[in-house]
Amino acid sequence: MRPGLVIGIALAGLALAAALLSLVWTPYDVTALAISQKLQAPSAAHWLGTDHFGRDIAAMLMVGARTSLAVALVAVGIGMGLGVPLGLLAAAKPGWADELTMRGNDLVFAFPSLVIAILITAVFGPSAINAIIAIGIFNIPVFARVTRGGALSLWTLDYIRAAQVAGKGRARISLEHILPNIANLLIVQGTIQFSLGILAEAGLSYVGLGAQPPLPSWGRMLAEAQTMVTLAPHVAIFPGLAIVATVLGLNLLGDGLRDALDPRLRRAR
Amino acid sequence: MLRYLLKRLLSLVASLLAASLVIFAVIEVIPGDPAAYMLGMNAAPDTVAALRESLGLNGALPVRYLRWISGMITGDFGISYTYKVPVADLVAARLLISLPLTVLALVLSTAIALPIGLLAAARRGRAADYAVMGGTQLGIAVPNFWFAMLLVLAFALNWRIFPAGGFPGWADPLAGLRALTLPAVALALPQAAILARVLRSALIETLGQDYIRTARAKGLSGAQALTRHALRNALIPVLTILGMQFSFLLAGAIIIENVFYIPGLGRLIFQAITQRDLIVVESVVMILVFAVILVTFLTDLAYAAVDPRLRARA
Repeated sequence: MRPGLVIGIALAGLALAAALLSLVWTPYDVTALAISQKLQAPSAAHWLGTDHFGRDIAAMLMVGARTSLAVALVAVGIGMGLGVPLGLLAAAKPGWADELTMRGNDLVFAFPSLVIAILITAVFGPSAINAIIAIGIFNIPVFARVTRGGALSLWTLDYIRAAQVAGKGRARISLEHILPNIANLLIVQGTIQFSLGILAEAGLSYVGLGAQPPLPSWGRMLAEAQTMVTLAPHVAIFPGLAIVATVLGLNLLGDGLRDALDPRLRRAR
Repeated sequence: MLRYLLKRLLSLVASLLAASLVIFAVIEVIPGDPAAYMLGMNAAPDTVAALRESLGLNGALPVRYLRWISGMITGDFGISYTYKVPVADLVAARLLISLPLTVLALVLSTAIALPIGLLAAARRGRAADYAVMGGTQLGIAVPNFWFAMLLVLAFALNWRIFPAGGFPGWADPLAGLRALTLPAVALALPQAAILARVLRSALIETLGQDYIRTARAKGLSGAQALTRHALRNALIPVLTILGMQFSFLLAGAIIIENVFYIPGLGRLIFQAITQRDLIVVESVVMILVFAVILVTFLTDLAYAAVDPRLRARA
């Protein structure tokens, strides 16, 4: 296996393990405040130190991993769940369906996920759910484009023509022949959107449009750390490192999967 | 070329209209009564009625939409509910900070990415290439606002070379530029990493083409073939990314302004959200979306200028 893929699996696995472990165990209770212990540097008792409320940073990072991964994962789910059928439809029915889907895509592309989040928050108030919806909406045209692109090239191939001659409808061909053949493409894109989702969630929570207290989130930890960065730099450094490590891991995983799943790239190596 | 231009222009107008309908629907239709929403639960009914009147919310929806959109076109964005001044004045003052910040970041990101991407492509498979690929992989993973905090820690608080935040205004352009330097670097570096990678792979692809071999056979050196022939042809994917980066940078600028307490569009919109000043939110969002659509349009024109085949196809 390539070293990039190994590092990717290790880093992404670490974030996932921390998130899962936090469901049953954290070194300290993240809701318990201990002001007397505030802003302590990393030590044997608190591996990554404590924040301005005396909460254990390692424990908060573990629970924050849960928020980040869950938001990004559901947002990818929304993007795939709606984008892939739209892309399949656009490829299967050239003409008005294709035109309508693609113009709709262009429209959504004009709204960066931050702007969607601003719109949603202005009307419904900030929450992690709204962050999921904003990132999810942004993911839809991404998956629709990738699906359409992959599917269009398949529709010209002989075995698809053969399936048509055999009497299969366009919907059935899309599901039985097109979808399995673009699955690799979607898995790779899914990994990329997953890592982008983690960055987006961090950004939204940082400006207050995402996860709200008391739900720990990496982005909000950074927002709270900002005013204390001179007093205790570790409060700002560790959550950032957690984001970098997770995103880097997912990107390496995506690149590794793309190379491993694409037989042409494998041969070229 | 004229037909291509007209077609793109038509699609620009259609996109703007569609986007404005979406924004109008979210801000003015979904909340039910925006006036009641802006004033909160405990507002007296006659206060709500007065605000409805002053916001012009009593007309039918299509009339209100037309009034809003014609106002946007003529530069009348309405009056801010919290600031009591025309939204257009508020936005214009903030744009004078956010737009230079975005453009500065775009220039920086391109200036960093071009030499790095060229170097990696020219030294493909060698140490320099691996260093660039590793460094850019890391750069992509860094959230810009966190990077901004690290920059403040190092260059403002530790070494005191740049201010840690705030904006002194453009009266002294140098001081203004100094205040925007750290924010622009924070915005530019992660985007430069993406751009450098795209440029590298585009260059490597064009370097494998026959005309590059012809150029080399004619006696051009590797560096000459790279800069004279390959670079121009690798520009199409680079332009795509640059166009997309503008919207990322604009959105990023909104977040970065929070790190540096810069009074730009970002600060304006977040204050407007907390104060439920829907008129300001609506106008700023429309301006942001307008900027993204306009840049997409300009990118399309730039393609046509770089690649004559695209003009012919349209």
